[in-house]
Amino acid sequence: MTTSSRYRSRAPRSEDGEEKDYVGFATLPNQVHRKSVKKGFDFTLMVAGESGLGKSTLVNSLFLTDLHKDRKLLNAEERISQTVEITKHTVDIEEKGVKLKLTIVDTPGFGDAVNNTECWRAVTGYIDQQFEHYFRDESGLNRKNIQDNRVHCCLYFIPPFGHGLRPVDIEFMKALQDKVNVVPLIAKADCLTPTEIKKLKERLREEIDKYGIKIYQFPDCDSDEDEDFKRQDKELKDSTPFAVIGSNTVVETRGQRVRGRLYPWGIVEVENPAHCDFVKLRNILIRTHMHDLKDITSDCHYENYRAQCIQTMTSKMNADKRVESPIPLLPLSTPNDEAEKLIKKKDEELKRMQQMLQKMQQQMHEQDL
Amino acid sequence: MASSDVARQPDQGVRPLSLAGHVGFDSLPDQLVNKSICQGFCFNILCIGETGIGKSTLMDTLFNTNFENFESSHFEPQVKLRAQTYDLQESNVRLRLTVVNTVGFGDQMNKQESYQPVVDYIDRQFESYLQEELKIKRSLHNYHDSRVHACLYFISPSGHSLKSLDLVTMKKLDSKVNIIPVIAKADTISKSELHKFKIKIMSELVSNGVQIYQFPLDDETVAKVNTTMNGHLPFAVVGSTEEVSVGNKMVKARQYPWGVVQVENENHCDFVKLREMLICVNMEDLREQTHTRHYELYRRCKLEEMGFKDTGPECKPVSLQQTYEAKRQEFLVELQKREDEMRQMFVQRVKEKESELKEAERELQSRFEQLKRLHADEKAALEEKKRLLDDDQSSFSKRRAAAQLLQAQSLTANGKKDKDRKNSGFM
Repeated sequence: MTTSSRYRSRAPRSEDGEEKDYVGFATLPNQVHRKSVKKGFDFTLMVAGESGLGKSTLVNSLFLTDLHKDRKLLNAEERISQTVEITKHTVDIEEKGVKLKLTIVDTPGFGDAVNNTECWRAVTGYIDQQFEHYFRDESGLNRKNIQDNRVHCCLYFIPPFGHGLRPVDIEFMKALQDKVNVVPLIAKADCLTPTEIKKLKERLREEIDKYGIKIYQFPDCDSDEDEDFKRQDKELKDSTPFAVIGSNTVVETRGQRVRGRLYPWGIVEVENPAHCDFVKLRNILIRTHMHDLKDITSDCHYENYRAQCIQTMTSKMNADKRVESPIPLLPLSTPNDEAEKLIKKKDEELKRMQQMLQKMQQQMHEQDL
Repeated sequence: MASSDVARQPDQGVRPLSLAGHVGFDSLPDQLVNKSICQGFCFNILCIGETGIGKSTLMDTLFNTNFENFESSHFEPQVKLRAQTYDLQESNVRLRLTVVNTVGFGDQMNKQESYQPVVDYIDRQFESYLQEELKIKRSLHNYHDSRVHACLYFISPSGHSLKSLDLVTMKKLDSKVNIIPVIAKADTISKSELHKFKIKIMSELVSNGVQIYQFPLDDETVAKVNTTMNGHLPFAVVGSTEEVSVGNKMVKARQYPWGVVQVENENHCDFVKLREMLICVNMEDLREQTHTRHYELYRRCKLEEMGFKDTGPECKPVSLQQTYEAKRQEFLVELQKREDEMRQMFVQRVKEKESELKEAERELQSRFEQLKRLHADEKAALEEKKRLLDDDQSSFSKRRAAAQLLQAQSLTANGKKDKDRKNSGFM
């Protein structure tokens, strides 16, 4: 059931004979729907993981486009001391009148070098940068055209070749858990048999719990939903992390043309729920929880960042006791370095004068005694 | 330089003869074979690859047995090597197989030193063989050769190219061991991708100067098959110890919802090729290469480090004995020199100490003299004072005696007068 049809079925009909009680605000959802279609949506998705795990292929499969047309892959020798880069691709896609501005943030070079200590710094730096940008825009005077470039979701690709999480996986997820919604995925799942997938998923869930990694949790469904929905929801939660397969090619199987991978021993269909969890991922990411991801990013991660930012700023301006209510936002909108230096100097002077005043007060007090 | 590589050249001065009948020394190879079967064979494989990439499973599949390996964790702080030795037997041939696995390879954040434990292990095996060879009483035919004969390097099936760690490690190992790269878990790569991947890997290895093991082409019986196999490197393998029924027989395979990957099906993966090349055809060549190429290189480097050379300063061939003797003399001379130096230093120290002591003695002596003089002076002064005092005393006593005498005289005179008066008065 799509959201719009659910709401429409509950709208009272005029033939009911209760026209005198009919106010009309039940059409609000429809109005919201209309306005949002007009405004358009935006979504920023980050993909992270070692090279060769199929990130670009998965993104292409998810959005049914070819985002990375001519990318240049580095040789092994060039990657020995490679640093992590952040690349951004923005595309506009449209479906049934609904426009989506999709930004895919890629992290080439992550985990590729021989020495990967703190390779996640570039990524957290980028996310913080986007938060800061939004913070400044939000605190500005003209807020008509705020561009929301904050990262709404980060798909982290775990290689299926190991026994579970590796140190680099744990460090990365822990560094990002408070800044972005982390959704771990098992990449290239076509090298695991169903029993192996189950074992690996259990292992991963155990390790995520053990190391206290806060990944994105699907919100619990309301208790007044029907049993079927609840069962589906539970199944969904039990099959995290999703084991996905991506494909850039279309193959023919059972009389249909589907996205898949052709092997001598069979054809893997990307959209077959018995083969992999791609469909589940797509539903979660795009069809049902896209807005929830955005909400959590702005209500939770962004607010945390904002609170932290303000705290560090007010602790610098603590000496100025004449200001009763903290209004630290004004000087932020024009981050002028010189002005800030002046402010700092004035602050220090004030502090010194205050200290001298206190000393003199004490002396006078003692003299009186 | 391998002596067996060079075909027998006809020596100048040795004329070939033809035989008039069957002598029987054509059974020499058979005698050799019988002897080696009695002795048993020995083979050592090193498997390098990330944790969980399928090293143990592939070994189990290759040797059709269960080596009972346990899963390692991803959280090893350093790369370690785990060696296990097994005794296998097939028909009447006994094989002592040692499988060495890396533990924790590729798991650390900083992998710059990951290759070092592997290189150290290989060098240790070479070193123990070298020590055995240099012993006075040695038993090489009984010696359990632990040198690594083949190294299977497991490449992760990313589909793009080698990883940076792979390149760095293989470069460090290519002069020490026969490297056979294999693509692990190859059932995740489709045929077209596999072709491109193999070409990319080989070109990266060549452009970085990594020398992997090439199957030998000098023996006509196997040259043809070896040439084709060389073109299929690196082998894309799939390992499995589970059996699935396909058709009407049970085969080693992996069962997926979309199909069954058969390990021994040449269409599905290169496992059969690997088994043939590694075990059936070239095992002996691998051992030989290890001994004649890699071990000789190690030995030469080690001995050169110690200062041995094949040719002396006048470019005349010098034997190990002479070099050893020369080295010994050098060492003894050095020792003697050191000893002399030490002795001299000791003597000097003693002299210094002696002079110091003498100096101290002299000082003490002078102080003593000084004190004595002082003492004598004081004594003299005191004597003088005493003499004066004595003089005084004697003069005083003289005067006192004189005074007393005077007094006594005056007294007696007075007494006489009184007596007289008394006497006169009476009468």
